Amino acid sequence: MSREFVEGAEALARAAIDAGCRFFAGYPMTPFTEVLDHMAEKMPAAGGVCINAESELEAVGMAWGALSTGARAATGSVGQGLSLMQESFSEITRAELPLVVFNMARGQSDYFQSTRGGGHGDYYHIVLCPIDIHEAIEHVYLAFDLADRWRNPVQIYGDYLLGHTWESVDLTSRNVAQPAKEWALDGSLNGTGRARNINSLGMTKGAKGIDPETFWNRLQDKFRVIQAAEQRIETEFTDDAIYTVTAWGTAAKFVRFVVREMRKEGYKIGYIRPITLWPFPTDAFKAAASGAREIGVFELNGGQMIEDVRLSLLGDAPAVSIGGISSDSSGFGVGPLLNTARIRDIIERHYARVAADRAA
Amino acid sequence: MIVIDTTKPPQEPAKQKWDTRPDLLIEGDHDLCPGCGEPIALRCMLEVIEEMGLSKDAIGAVGIGCYTALTSLLDTDMVQCLHGRAPSVATGIKRMRPQSLVYTMQGDGDMVNEGLQEIIHSAARGENITCLLLNNGVFGETGGHMTATTVIGQRTKNTLEGRDAAYHGHPISMTDLLAPLGGVGYVARSTVTTAKDIQRTRRYFKKAFETQRTGKGLSFIEVLTMCPTGWFLPVQEGPDYLNKTMSPVFQIGEFKVDGKIVTPEGQV
Amino acid sequence: MGDTITTRGTITIDIELCKGCELCIPACPIDVLTMSTALNDRGERYPVLSPGCTGCGACYFVCPDFVFGIYEYATPKEIPAEGAAS
Repeated sequence: MSREFVEGAEALARAAIDAGCRFFAGYPMTPFTEVLDHMAEKMPAAGGVCINAESELEAVGMAWGALSTGARAATGSVGQGLSLMQESFSEITRAELPLVVFNMARGQSDYFQSTRGGGHGDYYHIVLCPIDIHEAIEHVYLAFDLADRWRNPVQIYGDYLLGHTWESVDLTSRNVAQPAKEWALDGSLNGTGRARNINSLGMTKGAKGIDPETFWNRLQDKFRVIQAAEQRIETEFTDDAIYTVTAWGTAAKFVRFVVREMRKEGYKIGYIRPITLWPFPTDAFKAAASGAREIGVFELNGGQMIEDVRLSLLGDAPAVSIGGISSDSSGFGVGPLLNTARIRDIIERHYARVAADRAA
Repeated sequence: MIVIDTTKPPQEPAKQKWDTRPDLLIEGDHDLCPGCGEPIALRCMLEVIEEMGLSKDAIGAVGIGCYTALTSLLDTDMVQCLHGRAPSVATGIKRMRPQSLVYTMQGDGDMVNEGLQEIIHSAARGENITCLLLNNGVFGETGGHMTATTVIGQRTKNTLEGRDAAYHGHPISMTDLLAPLGGVGYVARSTVTTAKDIQRTRRYFKKAFETQRTGKGLSFIEVLTMCPTGWFLPVQEGPDYLNKTMSPVFQIGEFKVDGKIVTPEGQV
Repeated sequence: MGDTITTRGTITIDIELCKGCELCIPACPIDVLTMSTALNDRGERYPVLSPGCTGCGACYFVCPDFVFGIYEYATPKEIPAEGAAS
C-alpha cells in the first residue's frame, strides 16, 4: 500500500475520478473551491470535462445534462451554494439521475438542508458523512456506486476541516465497474415512437396525459427501500454505557477521542456516530442507546441532528444538546468548540450529573 | 362546388411531396391552441434534422412552456429541464456526447426571463449547441402575462392597455445580446406566418445545425410565433398581429453567420 | 374559362386533427381551400378542397396541427368545372 500526503480536497477529487467520474462543474466558494481546483486540473487528463460554471445554478444544470448521457457526473459547493441548486436537486432526484454532490459545508449548520431537502416535493438524497479523509475516500467510491445502484443522488457532507486538512492517504487506483444504463440518452431510439424523456413527472412518448401520482408513489416506494437498505452507523462502548454521546462528521473525531480517553479511565460512557445522515440509522441508534440514561448530542449548530436522535429514541431517554453554534470569525464553522479539552470538560459535567441522578 | 376527396392518398400515379408530419413527430393530435405558431416551428426543426440525416443524432433539452405539451409527440431523446435551465443541461449533454446534435427548445418566458444568464453564458462559452427560442411575447402556459420580449404597446394579461415603457420597461432582443459574443457562430430570427417565412425558417435551421456540426460555436435561432390566445385575438388575426407588432421590433434575418456579424438589410 | 380545371396535385386532409384555425385558407395561393359547413368531432369546421390544386404545400407549411399531406400528380388531371351552369 502506498501513501501520499495530500489535502482532503485533492483526495476527494482523485477518488472521484478513479471511481469513474468524467464530468464536474462547480463555482468557487470557500471551503469547496479546492475540490473544483483539483477537478479542473486532473479531470481533462482522465478524459473528462470540468467546467468552471458561471453560477452554482448552472453547475448543477450541466451535471444534470452530463448525467442524462449515462456519464458519472458530480457537482458540489457549500451549503449556501447548495441553496441555489435546490430546485434542480428536486428535479434531478425525481428524474432518477445518479448525481453525486460534494457538500463542503461551512460547518454543521446544514444538516437540515441536506437531510430534509431544501427543494420542493417528496425526495431524499442519500447523505454520507465521513469522520475524516480516509473514510471520505471510501465514501466517494460508495457514493458513485449507490447513486448508480439506486438511480438517486448521493451527497457527501464534508466541511472545511475535511477539505483543508493534509493527511497521508492511500489513493491506489481501484478497478471500478459501472453498470449499463439503458435509460441514458444517445439518440438510438429516435423515430421509433419510444424515444427517451428524462423527466420528473413520469412523462412518456406518445402519451398525452401524464400521471405524476403513480410515478411519485413509485419513487416513494423506492425511497423506502433505500431507507431500509443503506443505513450506516458507528458505535463504541455502548453495551454498558450509562451516558452516551453522539456526534457526526469531522466534529465526531474530537468526541470519539474524548470518549476513548474517558473509557480508559473507567467512565461508563458510550459513543454513537450516524454515518448516513439520510437514511438516519434509527433502529441501530435506538438499540445502541438502550441502557443509557441520557444521550448527549454534540453538534455545532442550533440543534438539527438532535431531532433525528429524538425520533430514533422515541422517549427511551432524553436527548440533550451539549454542543452549539460555534464558528471561526469567517463563518466557516471551524469553531472553538472543536477542542478536545473543552469537549472533555463538557462531557464530564454532563456525565457527573447523570451519574449522580442514577445514584440518587 | 366540386369537392375533391381528401380522405386518402390519390389513386392516380403521384409523388408524395410532403408526408403529414416528419418521422420524428409521433402520430396524434396535440393540445396547443388553434393557430399556435409553436408546432409549426417544431415541425420545421424536425423536418430539417431528418433531411440532414441526423435523426439518430438529435438529443434535446426542453424548457417549460406550452411547447412542453408537444414533447409527448417529439420523438427524440430529451431531458425535460426546469424553466430557463435548458442551456446548461444541453452543455452537459454536448460535452459528454460531442457527436450528438444537441438542441434546446425554449419559449421567451423560459429563455429571456428565467434563463437569461444561462443562454448568455452558454453562448459566451461557445458551447456547440443549437438553441431555439420560440418567441410569442407572452407566458402562454400560465395565462398570457408579459415577458421580457413583450413589445411596447403589446396587449398581455397584465398589460391590457399595452406594454408601457415607463412602467414596464423595454423588450429584450436576444439577437442583439448574442451576436456580439465571441463564442457564437450563428444568430438568426424568422417567423412562421406564411409559407415563405416558414421556408426561411427551415433554411435557418439548416444553417444553425451546420454551425453545430462544424464546431463553429453556439447557434441561435429565434422564431416569432403566433399566440392568438395570449394576444386576446381571433385565431385568424394572429399572423397579421405578429407581423404588425412583433416583426417591426424584432428584425427578421441573419445576424451572424460562421462567426461573423452580418446585417439583415437586403436579406430575403 | 373551359370545361375543366387543370389540377396538378392534391392533398389529404385529416379532418379530425383540424381545430378550425383557418390559417390554411389565406395561405393557399390559388384559393382552392374553403372551410366546410359540417363540423368534425371536435365541433370545428375543417378545410375542403376544390379543383385546381398545384401541390405547392403552402397549406401543409402553415398548419399547426399537421392536417395535410401533399401530392403532385405524375400527369396533371383535368377535373370538370362547376356542373350547374347559371
